[in-house]
Formats: sequence, C-alpha cells, structure tokens
Amino acid sequence: MTVFQRFARRPQLWIGAFVTALLFALALLSLVWTPLPPSKMQIMHRLKPPFDVGLLGNDPYGRDVASMLMVGAWNSLSTAVMAVALGGLIGTAIGLCAAQRRGLVEAALMRFCDVVFAVPPILSAMMLGAVLGAGRFTAIIAIATFMVPVFARVVLASALQIWARDFIMAARSIGKRPFGITMVHVLPNVAGQIIVQATIQLGLAILTEAGLSFLGLGMAPPAPTWGRMLAESQTYLSQAPWLAILPGLAIAFAVFGLNMLGDGLRDLIDPRHRDG
Amino acid sequence: MAVISITQTSLKVLAGAVFGLGLAFSFAGQAEAAKTNLVLGMAIEPAGLDPTIAAPVAIGQVTWQNIFEGLVTIDRDGKIQPQLAKSWTISPDGLTYTFKLQSGVTFHDGEAFDSAVAKASIERARGADSVNPQKRYFASIDTIETPDAETLVLKLKQPAGSLLYWLGWPSSSIVGTKSAADNKTTPVGTGPFKFKAWAKGDKVELVRNADYWNKDKAAKLEAATFRFIADAQAQAAALKAGDVDAFPEFAAPELIGDLKKDEKLSVVIGNTELKVVAGMNNTRKPFDDKRVRQALMMAVDRASVVEGAWSGFGTPIGSHYTPNDRGYLDLTGVHAYDVAKAKALLAEAGYPDGFAFTIKAPQMAYAQRTSQMLQAMFAEIGVKMTIETTEFPAKWVADVFKGGDYDMTIVAHAEPMDIDIYARDPYYFHYKNPAFNDVLKKVEATSDASEQVKLYGEAQTILANDVPALYLFVMPKLGVWNAKVKGLWENEPIPSNVLNEVEWSE
Repeated sequence: MTVFQRFARRPQLWIGAFVTALLFALALLSLVWTPLPPSKMQIMHRLKPPFDVGLLGNDPYGRDVASMLMVGAWNSLSTAVMAVALGGLIGTAIGLCAAQRRGLVEAALMRFCDVVFAVPPILSAMMLGAVLGAGRFTAIIAIATFMVPVFARVVLASALQIWARDFIMAARSIGKRPFGITMVHVLPNVAGQIIVQATIQLGLAILTEAGLSFLGLGMAPPAPTWGRMLAESQTYLSQAPWLAILPGLAIAFAVFGLNMLGDGLRDLIDPRHRDG
Repeated sequence: MAVISITQTSLKVLAGAVFGLGLAFSFAGQAEAAKTNLVLGMAIEPAGLDPTIAAPVAIGQVTWQNIFEGLVTIDRDGKIQPQLAKSWTISPDGLTYTFKLQSGVTFHDGEAFDSAVAKASIERARGADSVNPQKRYFASIDTIETPDAETLVLKLKQPAGSLLYWLGWPSSSIVGTKSAADNKTTPVGTGPFKFKAWAKGDKVELVRNADYWNKDKAAKLEAATFRFIADAQAQAAALKAGDVDAFPEFAAPELIGDLKKDEKLSVVIGNTELKVVAGMNNTRKPFDDKRVRQALMMAVDRASVVEGAWSGFGTPIGSHYTPNDRGYLDLTGVHAYDVAKAKALLAEAGYPDGFAFTIKAPQMAYAQRTSQMLQAMFAEIGVKMTIETTEFPAKWVADVFKGGDYDMTIVAHAEPMDIDIYARDPYYFHYKNPAFNDVLKKVEATSDASEQVKLYGEAQTILANDVPALYLFVMPKLGVWNAKVKGLWENEPIPSNVLNEVEWSE
C-alpha cells in the first residue's frame, strides 16, 4: 500500500489537513494583505451586518471584522505555535533525559512535571501577567509551561519502550555513550509521537490563548485576537450577534481542524492503528 | 396495620395540602402589599464606607444622605438645602457663617448631635493629619465657635463663595465623635437608614432608622441593599430577573435598547457631572509641551468617540465643565478635530515622527473603549499609544492619583463644579498655571453670581487652550429600574443614591 492510498483511506486526515492549511494560509495572507487595515475605525460603518460594507460586518468602532479575524488568526496561531514549540522542546528534553537516566533523576523530573501540571494555565498567566504585564510573551510562557509535562510524559513513555529494544542493547554493547544513543536512536523513533502530540496540543493552545485574551491577559489592543473579539462583543450580542458568532466559529474551526489532523496523523504513524 | 399506614399517609397528604395552601396565601399576601425593600445595583464597590477619608464617589453613593448627613445638603435639582443646620446667616463681609442647628438629633449609636459634635467633625476634616479628599475646601476656615449647643459659627480667613455648597458634599458629612474612627467599616451617622452589614465583594445592607429626627423625610423603605455587579451583561440579567430593582448608573449603553423593550423596567436618561477626561502628566516629557497636548486634542474626533465608545449617549466637551454647570461655554471648537493641523503642531513641537507612550486605563467599559478609539486616532498622527489596564479604584488611586506615575490616564470625574482641581497642588495632572489659580481665587473672593459666571468662563477658556487633559465627553446617567420603583433621582447633580423618598407603587 502506498503512502497515497493510506492518505486516501483517511478522510479525518484529509479534512484536518485541509482546515489547518486553510487557517495557516489565511493567517499568512494577513501578513501581506487584508481587506482593510484591521485597526482602521470607520464610525459611520458602526455595527453594520455582514455583506453590507465589509464581508463579515463591522464592529462597534466600525472596524472590518473579516480583516480582524484574519489578523486574529495569525496572532492566535503564531502564539500557539511558539508556545507549543517552546513547551515541546523543554518537555521532550525532560522526557528523553528521564528515560536515559532513570532512577532518581526520572522520579525528580516527573514529580516536577506533576507539580507544573497541577497549576492551570489561566492561573499561571495571571501570576505572570502581574509580574511581567499582560501580553503575548506572558501568554506564550503560560501556555508553554502547561505543555511541558504533557510532552515529557508522552516522550518518556515512548522512549522507555525504545530503550528496551534489542538494537539499543546492541548500541550499548559496542560502547556508544547514552547521550549518543538518545540522539541517534531514541529521538528519531519518538519523533512521530512528538509530531502527533504537537498537532493536538496546538489546538489546545489556540483554545487557551483565546481564553487568556478573553480575560485580557493576551496580546494588547489594537492587535486583534479572537478571544478579545469575543469578550468585547458580549454586550452587543442582541444588536450584532455576528460579532460573537464569527470569532467563536473561528476558534471552533481551528481547534476542530487541528484535532482531526492530530488524530489522523496518529492513526497514520501508530502501527497499532494501521490497517491492512 | 394497614389502617394505621393509610391514616399516616392521609395525614401526610393533609399536612402537605395545608402547607401548600399556606404558601399560596403567603404568596398572594406578598403580591398585594407593596414591597418595602429595595436592591440597588452599583458597578463599583467602595473600598471603605467613610466618605470623609477617601475620594472614590462610590462611598458617597452608598452612604451619603442614607447613613450620613451634612450641615446642609444638595437636593435633586442641585440646590443647597438645610439639613442638620436649620438655617444660617452670612455676615455682609462674607467672613462669618452662623448656623442654627437642629435639636433632638441623635446618631445611630445614640450619641446626641450638637454644636460640639459639628465642630469636632469639621475640625477632623480640616486638621493637620486629616485625609479628607476635599480638605482644601475647609482651608478658608479660621476658627470654629460654639456659643451654645445649637449654634455653630465659622469664622473665615477670606471669603469662600462656594463654602456652603461644599458643606453639602459627602466629604463634609457630620460624623459622631465616638464612631468616627470606625466609620470605614461600620458607618454611624444621623441619616434615615442605619448600617446593617457589609458582605465584601457582594453587598452592603441598610435598614430603616425608626428614630430618625426628621419625620417629614423619614425613609419609606424598610430596608435597602446595595449590590455590586461589575459586568454589564450580569447587570442586565439581574435587572431582568428582578434580582436587582434598580441600576441608577447602568454600565452598558449598547444594552439600553434591549432593556427599553422590557415593560417591567423603566429607562431614565438623565444628566450627570461625569466628565470623561484623559489626564496627562503635565510635568513629563513630551506632555510638558503645550503644543503636544494641543496636537493630541486636535487628533481626537469627539463625536466619533461618543458614538463608538458610548453608543452615542453623551455630549462632547471642550473643557472640564458640563452643560449643566452654570456659566458653561461650548469650547469644543478651540481644538476641533483636524488631523493636518495636529500633525503640523506636533512637528513644530519637535516630534515630526510622533512618539510613543502608555495610557493607564481603568477596567471600566467607557475607559477601555475610549482608550481604543484614542489609540486609533493618535495612530493617524503617528503617535503610538499602548493601553495598560489598571484596576480601579485601588491600583489606579495608588499608581496614578496618588503616585502620579503615568503618561496619560482616563477617568470620569464625577464631582460637580470641580474645575478647581487644576489649581490644586499636588494633583495628578501636575498642571501649574498661576493665571488659572488667580481666576479661581477670584471666584471664591466674590459672592456676585454674575461675576462668578464670568470667571468660570475664563477658567474654562484657559483649560480649553492649555489642554492639561484631553476633554472628551459627558456621560449621561443611564438609569434603569423596576417601573414600580418611585422616587429615585433622574439626574445626578452630585454622585449619590438618595433613598429616603424611594418607594414601591402598587
């Protein structure tokens, strides 16, 4: 069975990949083009519904919602990607280290992860916000912190399986150093798991970022974020429902796409889920 | 056995029926008699309950005229009325005020009110270690004499044309000698309501003062509860559900249209003294340059701000003065919206490429939204403004109001006729203009009303030209309350929630 055939049999993967690609494309497009500058206020177009002045309507300041959603996609995705990359990097390092050293080091690292895992990201973002001030940096650190134990656990579990395999024994018996084994043999074999995990966590990171922005702990205005668009549209719900529905849909759409893609990738990579 | 069990069952049924009937009757009874308690909602919870030691208006909005009273009071039309002082005479030179005091007035803790208590109260407010927010209003008082228990004489150093008006303010409330120290948490006054309990973060409860001295003005309600709900959506929900009977200062104009449709509620739009003003640190670069401040003012389209931030409810202002104040001049044209001129002036001041600064904006919707609009408008002239949300009142008071550590801030000034804040030193604007101070001194020195009007006009013009703060708009009072509630103030000549005349109609 070719790789293409395996893809074709998995609509989940296709849908996920398509939605995610669309999202990334819109986000990247916003860097060079949006229908209007997202922070341009045109009071005369205040609260205009979709398909009137702008494609997706205008907010209470007369800003173009479509443009704000596009830039919001970039802000949301870039924050999430950076947070997952940071958290994934540290988490993977911890997991690999714990698998290689075992014993006390493993126990200490994993208990540390348990402690980190016990603090909700919103709470750590609020604490960080008090110290550093709210903003993108705070959001990235808060989300990344939350991701570290997730990656550490996944990587540890997979790495331990690899360490028990015969080829590792072979590598050790010819005198390879443990660090070399980790980098050359273990890491490539757990990479698939890391990618699957990163995709799924990306969805979660977008959701968390939206939550932080909703609470005013995300990027500062005028940068549009989906979370703040939702927060600001609350009181306009009866007058201009699209202001809340559209960013809500955007968040749901992004999380849905990334979850589908993550699940699809997992099935593709994980031999236990392989069919035929 | 079977018989007994049947009897037991029927007994239960009977008991249930009786209980149910009782309930039905009690509900019917409640529906017929008018309610005697009121739940009033406010967006901001005061940090303490003593209006004589801290500035936030929320304190007076709970306590003034409900718990605390003054020598004089200010009525719903903004006029001075006698209260603990029955009457007064002012000597022709304006230097001696003789008050005749009410007799038979007692505080809620039983302490009797007399001239000695009144004197102690004013001495406490003007003393060296007083933290009274309007302490300077008592600065003109030289000595206080009490010839007898019912007479209070204030001897002034110089005439003070507004003294009587100031004596009606929440910060001039008369407090008991024994209870004064604890008023912050357990306020004791002479008013028609007594303090009952304060559940921090939730509500303050008052009960009717059965022994109130003024039978004509005694409270009609048996009890009143102030509930604190910051979120506008939650305010609307509480009003619709009947959890809150009145929101005299509703926080979200965009929801007013929705609430108007509800027949149970009445929406009353009245005047206030709430001037939304973006104050600048006049000693900090580049705001120390008048041209920079003027350029910023010209970058602002006030009409758009009112529309975008407050759904069109509001009146643009050009100075620290509202159209309800005597001698108001419309000075919005002095630095009218003109982007090209603003840019040119900024270049002339040495900032052709603009500059960057931070606004410390409280969390209230009007402040956040107006800040976002200012941010977009300043961007048009190349000025980059960062919005930093600063929690109000605690952090804002500490950082901006007392600390003076800010570039620009935005807040609604609620006190009536408070244009003199620009003559105060220290005050958070750090604005220093001897010419302006002179005008205000002259206002106090004269008791001629037309002369005062002329001088207030001069003061407004100086501010409109100097722009120590960006003058944006006056917020109306968006009052929303149960249609059966009568007696709440429609306008707000002074920040307050006066409840003694409030009652439920049938």
